[in-house]
Amino acid sequence: MQFGIFTVTDITQDPTTGRTPSEHERIKGTLAVAKHAEEVGLDVFALGEHHNPPFWSSSPTTTLAYIAAQTSTLQLSTATTLITTNDPVKLAEDYAMLQHVSDGRVDLMLGRGNTGPVYPWFGQDIRQGLPLALENYELLHRLWREDVVDWSGKFRTPLQGFTATPRPLDDVPPFVWHGSIRTPEVADQAAFYGDGFFANHIFWPASHTQRMIALYRQRFEHHGHGTAAQAIVGLGGQVFMRKNSQDAVNEFRPYFDNAPVYGHGPSLEDFTQQTPLTVGSPQEVIDKTLGFRDYVGDYQRQLWLIDHAGLPLKTVLEQLDLLGEEVVPVLRKEFAKDRPVEVPDAPTHASLVTAKYGDQAPRQATPNANRGDNLTLGSPYQDTAAVEASQRSSNRQAGSAFGAAATRKEFVR
Amino acid sequence: MTAKRIVIISAGLSTPSSTRQLADRLTADAASILRERGVDVEAQVFELRDLAHDITNHLLMGFAPPKLQEVLDAVSTADGLIAVTPIFSTSYAGLFKSFIDVVDPQALTDLPVLIGATGGTPRHSLAIDYAIRPLFTYLHAIPVTTGVFAATSDWGDGGDGVRSLPDRIFRGAKEFAELVERTDRSDLVSDPFALDRPIGHLVGGLTGE
Repeated sequence: MQFGIFTVTDITQDPTTGRTPSEHERIKGTLAVAKHAEEVGLDVFALGEHHNPPFWSSSPTTTLAYIAAQTSTLQLSTATTLITTNDPVKLAEDYAMLQHVSDGRVDLMLGRGNTGPVYPWFGQDIRQGLPLALENYELLHRLWREDVVDWSGKFRTPLQGFTATPRPLDDVPPFVWHGSIRTPEVADQAAFYGDGFFANHIFWPASHTQRMIALYRQRFEHHGHGTAAQAIVGLGGQVFMRKNSQDAVNEFRPYFDNAPVYGHGPSLEDFTQQTPLTVGSPQEVIDKTLGFRDYVGDYQRQLWLIDHAGLPLKTVLEQLDLLGEEVVPVLRKEFAKDRPVEVPDAPTHASLVTAKYGDQAPRQATPNANRGDNLTLGSPYQDTAAVEASQRSSNRQAGSAFGAAATRKEFVR
Repeated sequence: MTAKRIVIISAGLSTPSSTRQLADRLTADAASILRERGVDVEAQVFELRDLAHDITNHLLMGFAPPKLQEVLDAVSTADGLIAVTPIFSTSYAGLFKSFIDVVDPQALTDLPVLIGATGGTPRHSLAIDYAIRPLFTYLHAIPVTTGVFAATSDWGDGGDGVRSLPDRIFRGAKEFAELVERTDRSDLVSDPFALDRPIGHLVGGLTGE
């Protein structure tokens, strides 16, 4: 099981001091948080994507590439990458690139975004949010798996003979999670591709999360990727801790009461009762987190939000210390208890390479020569013909021996 | 035969309120007309005043606290809705509109609605037809043609002497009861998490589903 943090990248006034950090200060602060996450023994750091103030993370792969260079084990992810308004071609390129510089320590979580004007700013219509998510991901999925793509769709200019470079590291695409709060079609999309499903979980009652995860698990089995218990599930959470529970409540209350989204709304007490937010001692966080398993089953990834609403950097780093020293070691032990052997861990680059190649050496894409007009002659890579032939003969996604995923026409070329 | 389920929403702000009083009269007439026709009726009354904080939190947060969720579920699965609001500044009360704003936009489709409104003088009575009725038609509900407006004077001897308030209540309740009797809405419970469109139908080129 993986444990980590995710950040919205909001720049918010500290309500206790009235001070608002600059963009530069917050950006540097978040980089320090990411590095400290690895130091205290967490597994994952995930970064949001926004295209307007007061958020700073418009360019996630730039940020994650820097963090990759400053860390050695931390898995880098997103929360979320906008599959609706980003060009899937650029996503294919950026995240394959990030795979190479991080030696495979990257996955991503796709979402549709929650800021309406982002759609028109990027030339899209919010009413097409779901069709965009479906079409764009289908293209992204192909660009990472086929050297040469001919494609046409509704939302993007067609592609003829296009190759996304660089090819994914070891020709193994990054693992993808799909996030959605209450759109059943997205749970089905994740299940269809055998991808992971991440429930934001933090602003919503547990009953929503439970329904979405149950649907995803059922559809994962339906599409032939394994049993429902083998589906790959991630959950959000939100915590604020001090050794003494009442100290945590007193210190966090002004941040809660003035926070973006829920500030000036429900009371801290109502909100902690109705959502996964835990404000209290490390033991209370442990108890609440272990309870998530009761309604979603054994799952693979737990991410916490710890750095929003104007909390100062020093406080956030202290939260990481408590997570690393007191919470996560206990959770690792407790979640491992009674965990059925068939429940897999979250896929990593290493596990995906092993699944694809076994003991064989992974493919290393090596281009053919530039024929003089900056295009390669014939096949783009020296082994493209052989790879395509083997794709034709297997003509299946890994793990899709039956069900709808096994009969998809797209893979017949 | 299962009972028809009627939900009554009253947006009066005082306790007791004339808005609630009108709601109760409309409910009593509708229920007795249905029962005379051999139709069982279950009626649930909700005062929005009791839900005011939850409604505001829903507007801010995007999800309903448990008590409000029960009301939203009751409305979306009802066979009929009796909606009664005071008229403030020429239109429905803000609390009434806030409640409607947190109802799922599809949740009122095909729902028979009896509109009631209260106000200080009969000069506000057209607010039913220019403000409240368009709201329900926008949401694809079916408001009956008679809306019942009760002015303060209707509760005493200054009311309409030709078409009295009880007459108007009965007329609206009868139109409403006729629609409720015929609808099978509560048997068709909609599940917001149901997968109406499996991905095979959304992404082209798929067979086997």
